[in-house]
Amino acid sequence: MRTERIAKIAAFIAIASSCLTSAYAAPGGGDPIKIGAIFSVTGSAAYLGAPEEKTARMVVDDINKSGGIMGRQVKLIVKDSGGSSEKAISFAKQLIDEEEVAAIIGPTTSGESLAIKDLCIKGKTPLLSCASAETITSPVSKYVFKVAPKDNYIAEWIYKTMNQLGIKKIGVIASNTGFGNGGKAQLEKYAAQYGIEIAISEAYDANATDLSALLTKVNAAGVQAVVNWSIEPAQAIVAKNMKQLKMPQQLFQSHGFANIKYVEAAGAAAEGIIFPCGRLIVADQLPDSNPQKKLLVKYSSDYKAAYKEDASTFGGHAYDTLYILKAAIEAAKSTDADKVAQAIENLKGFSGDGGVFSFSGADHNGLQMDSIEMMIVKDGKFALYAKK
Amino acid sequence: MRRFATVLLIAVCAFALPPLLTALKAAFLLTQLTMAAYYALASLGLCALMGYAGQISMGQAGFFAIGGYASAYLSTRNLAAASGDPLVGGLDALGLLSRGADAYGNPSLSLSPWIAALCAILLAILVAVLIGIPVLKLKGHYLAMATLGFGIVIEKIARGTPALGGADGLSCVPAFALLPGLEVTGGRAARAVNFTISWVVLAIGLLALVNLVNSRPGRALRALHDGEEAAGAMGVDTARYKLNVFVLGAAYAAVAGVLLTHYNGSIGPGEANAMKSVRYVAIVAVGGMANLSGTLAAGLLLNFLSLRGVFGSLDDLVFGVMLVAVMLLSPGVRSRR
Amino acid sequence: MRAELFLQYLVSGLIYGSIYAAVAIGFNIIYNATGIINFAQGEFAMLGGMIASSLASRLPLALAMAAAVAATTLVGIGMERAFLRRIARGGVLKMIIATIGLSIAIREIALLIWGESVRTLPFFSGTEVSSVGIAGAHFSPQVFWVLGVTALVVAALTAFFKLTLIGKAMRGCSANREGASLCGIDPDLMVTLAFGLSAAIGAIAGCAVAPLTQTHYAIGTGLGIKGFTVAAFGGLGNSLAAVGAGLILGMLESFSIIVVPEAYKDVVSIVVLLAVLFAKPSGIFGSRAAGALKDY
Repeated sequence: MRTERIAKIAAFIAIASSCLTSAYAAPGGGDPIKIGAIFSVTGSAAYLGAPEEKTARMVVDDINKSGGIMGRQVKLIVKDSGGSSEKAISFAKQLIDEEEVAAIIGPTTSGESLAIKDLCIKGKTPLLSCASAETITSPVSKYVFKVAPKDNYIAEWIYKTMNQLGIKKIGVIASNTGFGNGGKAQLEKYAAQYGIEIAISEAYDANATDLSALLTKVNAAGVQAVVNWSIEPAQAIVAKNMKQLKMPQQLFQSHGFANIKYVEAAGAAAEGIIFPCGRLIVADQLPDSNPQKKLLVKYSSDYKAAYKEDASTFGGHAYDTLYILKAAIEAAKSTDADKVAQAIENLKGFSGDGGVFSFSGADHNGLQMDSIEMMIVKDGKFALYAKK
Repeated sequence: MRRFATVLLIAVCAFALPPLLTALKAAFLLTQLTMAAYYALASLGLCALMGYAGQISMGQAGFFAIGGYASAYLSTRNLAAASGDPLVGGLDALGLLSRGADAYGNPSLSLSPWIAALCAILLAILVAVLIGIPVLKLKGHYLAMATLGFGIVIEKIARGTPALGGADGLSCVPAFALLPGLEVTGGRAARAVNFTISWVVLAIGLLALVNLVNSRPGRALRALHDGEEAAGAMGVDTARYKLNVFVLGAAYAAVAGVLLTHYNGSIGPGEANAMKSVRYVAIVAVGGMANLSGTLAAGLLLNFLSLRGVFGSLDDLVFGVMLVAVMLLSPGVRSRR
Repeated sequence: MRAELFLQYLVSGLIYGSIYAAVAIGFNIIYNATGIINFAQGEFAMLGGMIASSLASRLPLALAMAAAVAATTLVGIGMERAFLRRIARGGVLKMIIATIGLSIAIREIALLIWGESVRTLPFFSGTEVSSVGIAGAHFSPQVFWVLGVTALVVAALTAFFKLTLIGKAMRGCSANREGASLCGIDPDLMVTLAFGLSAAIGAIAGCAVAPLTQTHYAIGTGLGIKGFTVAAFGGLGNSLAAVGAGLILGMLESFSIIVVPEAYKDVVSIVVLLAVLFAKPSGIFGSRAAGALKDY
């Protein structure tokens, strides 16, 4: 009986796995360059991971169609971690030990990135993380880079705008995730420098379905503006709840809001929300002189054509990791980890999706304050925020 | 002798698989086999509770996380700043601290993993006793809800506490030297040794449970499963037996949590997730409820496939479909023996 | 505390409570009919909201929601007919595990169909920015809709179980399966009906709360756990108790925010639930006899 049962289970799994293990094969022959990707395509960070995965597949197709890297095709091996760090660890070991990839892009979340950072250093494999935590690249370690803007740039842009608007006393709310906590910490760190008083600062559950009680508490603290830092659908709920509570305060969001779906979900409540982020979402409004304009317009139109949805900043992170890697491998004329890592450090003035990257031995992020602009929601669309 | 066949098989595999897989140029599989073994160990503990004592627990991941987090926290906490403290000085004099360097290269002084691990397991046992006494008075769905709730509370605490790394969890957890030269750590060089460690631990865990279910307490347990009132009437102290098995199951999960955390070098709040607890329950069910070998096989196989990423983004879907399929196809899976 | 602030927390508690209660009612119908907790109950709410939001761009809102409720009802019936009926003989625990499997499968299939992005339904009256004020407290008019729908569902259910022949047959069947079948009631049909009814109520709840909570493929898990918490808190099997329990837990969570960070909101409700269960093992409004009836 028992053996029969186990045999049944085994047979089922065997059939299921044979249907699903078809590897992502690169067209063209020769000796492809293997690049590993760990994204949270499903799970709690899917809002970030899914566009990253779609972008990565699209970009690799593009690179291969235009001749690959140094004439070699690229083979992208995508692993879906579902946002869990133990899976990210298992996959990183697979990619490093078995597949012997030239580099790993991703993971999507800070927790996963920190969990596999050490593996990549010991396994001598460059890691280009899409997550934002400061601790990913601080302290700097030879093989670890990240392309998401530093949280303090976002925080400082928000504070600069508040200074212009004469806002002094604010409330901070953030989702209880790596993304939200990282941002909250930077907002708290830089407040004094800009003469801002944080009257209340709180984390909320990432799956929150209503935040009216929390906003009531924020409102009671007598703040002039509210900053919400998260990536989840709660961003639209905050906007709606504030209007329903008749809260008159200006709402600021983080770069997590740079996804038109949240504007659609919040509807009329999204009007006038101010937030800082990279220029992708306003690509067509940029002056032609902007060095990023051409690639931003191309990426957003390609993405929309391929997946029938608007590109988001987070997909752009995957775009940047791949093109930075391509530039570095071509400059190094090799996929040797030391040479590639060195070549990334040597990249200066590299126009990417998230901004113009200039890496150095001390800076493994490479973005400056000017990679960010303030945006505003106007008539249900994103627009550059006109400074007053 | 038949009842020890699986124990023997696991023990043989612990030593035979590394050279075999190396010869087949598939030694990399040992990584996921090691991780799967620890998850299977946690499932075994739950099997004793669910299959033999008939008590459902949907909070097994909570105990796994308590073990992992406590050991990670204690062994990464830098005591260098407090080295003047008499307590820290005393621990140091007893050789219970280990020295190293933090990520920035500054000297660090932390509790030795042995002490951290023992504290972690004791903590899990303590929590299990405190939670178990009231919770095990509940029955059926109320017991399921209460244990599910316990797991969620542990996850929310892990996620909401900055000292535990919040949503990012704890990383840079040091290697755990069981004996000099025998370390639980994730490095490539230690891959084969760690596989052997994990499967030997698994074999010992299984052996203990096989003995338990075939002893007098084991028969009492099964009597408990078949009917609490009847067992009570026969002189079985039902409350005590239930609590003992609950605590034993928690200890298995905590040991697994401690070892996997040191092996991975990190732990995140996802380990305490309700979905993780559901997975443990499902593995016991797929394994045949009161079937230690079946649970072991299901635990090893399902976790191995999931950690290999065999099903890609469909991992959860395959898992859900398989649960339904196994429930449909196997007449042998029953809630009662 | 100022009176209007107190009132505002009260209203927030009412919002939480009405959402929880709406989801919790569905648990009890299946529990009464089969003695199991259907872990896929949250997915019914998710399906209701998602299907309605997909159709809302093409159909009038009311029609879109009616279609969503009908489609979800079919899913509920299909689930019981295709899977759970065949498992029923294997025992309650086995059925519970099957519902867990089904809930995971439904969620992941929803991800394949709709993707990970968030959707919403138009507000039944007014818009996202509409607000009604009562004595200084403000809230969305949708709250009235959720409360009204919940009240209507409870009233309709009570009438259905007390007054109609089918309702009486279902009750008879849950009290004594063999006895009922001797009276010419088909117990299998009653269980199928219970699943259909429960799915329909889940979908109605999903539609009613969607403008407030929004909806996405994974929302069912959280709603389901909360619904289970509320159902157990009130005492399994009692729909009216579920509404009372939902409102109590909603208030507790809302007022707890004054002192406890929002991130621990669920911890508050679970700790209270555990405390209640330890003192009264069959829920706050539950009777010991009812609790003993359904056991595995």
